[in-house]
Amino acid sequence: MEKISLEFPAAAPARGRAAVGVVGSGDLEVLLEPNTAGSTTVSITTSVNGMARVWEAVLARVLGASPLPATKIEINDFGATPGVVRMRVEQAFEELNATGGK
Amino acid sequence: MNCEELLQRTSFIELSARERARALLDAGSMRELIGPFERMVSPWLARQGVVTQADDGVVVAKGRIDREPAVVLAIEGAYQGGSMGEVGGAKIAGALELAAEDNRRGIPTRAVIVFETGGVRLQEANLGLAAIAEIHAAIVDLRRYQAVVGITAGTVGCFGGMSIAAGLCSHMIVTQEARLGLNGPAVIEQEAGIAEYDSRDRPFIWSFTGGEQRYRSKLADAYVDDDAHAIRETIRAALRAGAPARHRSDRHEDFLACLAAVDPTQQARPDAVRALYKEGL
Repeated sequence: MEKISLEFPAAAPARGRAAVGVVGSGDLEVLLEPNTAGSTTVSITTSVNGMARVWEAVLARVLGASPLPATKIEINDFGATPGVVRMRVEQAFEELNATGGK
Repeated sequence: MNCEELLQRTSFIELSARERARALLDAGSMRELIGPFERMVSPWLARQGVVTQADDGVVVAKGRIDREPAVVLAIEGAYQGGSMGEVGGAKIAGALELAAEDNRRGIPTRAVIVFETGGVRLQEANLGLAAIAEIHAAIVDLRRYQAVVGITAGTVGCFGGMSIAAGLCSHMIVTQEARLGLNGPAVIEQEAGIAEYDSRDRPFIWSFTGGEQRYRSKLADAYVDDDAHAIRETIRAALRAGAPARHRSDRHEDFLACLAAVDPTQQARPDAVRALYKEGL
């Protein structure tokens, strides 16, 4: 098990929060909460060690592409592939938009 | 279920625990208690190098069913095999105890338990077992006032101490995909040998512990398709029917008499098990 912390630039604070996914085999849980404007922080707990650079690359693609709301992201990972990680994070932001984070 | 129905239906099995709870409650009525953002995680798993889930794999959802107050307790089978640890177990037991307390104060809160569990979480050992015992006691308390409805939809099924909890429910609902049994297949194989019980022979396993067999052996009260709408309606009907005059667990003498009639020199077969319970119950 390994813990990884990352930070990315972001827009205004997110409104509301979202939780998606499950800590099951090949899957992960993503929790989004509002953060202070300008910054998104990610704290990852993963069952797979030694993949910090992959995490940084995958999340930079999702969070670095266009300015997303500033969020505190918690990721609890159970061996998800980069593709699944990307889909879950995007799903969480989608949920935030759809429900206003209710 | 024909092809058209299969395409039209919403699978219950494919829903997460949280989605299952929402599907069972009246639309818009769900309010989650001790949700993932409370971060009441297992204090034991991280110390053993296991990643925790923010809700410890148990969803406690208050709301309404048929416009009556209800609580749905849904176990997430994908997280640690739906195993019961200290926190998840306490969430279920506590919610059932509060539902019983509601009833004593004139609020007719009903409970539905969505079982998807291999039983106790081995990493939490006695704390998980103690939590399961509390769940048993709480079901027996609550069912004096209201029917306690259990469902196991699959694909994990319901095993170990939580299968006893299923046995204590007023109504137990199963699907074809579900399994219900005290010991899981791998445990039986380990103890009895692969010649006796091959845990990888899926048709064999389902023929003994699968939902249909359990229903035909009177160990479950309803057998439904994997269809969220049908399951929701079956649960509503069970809640409307209320608690039975005699619960399954009050009939232990009838069950024991059936077991006494088993001839252990004969290889057990699924149809023989059905016949045995059909005659004796």
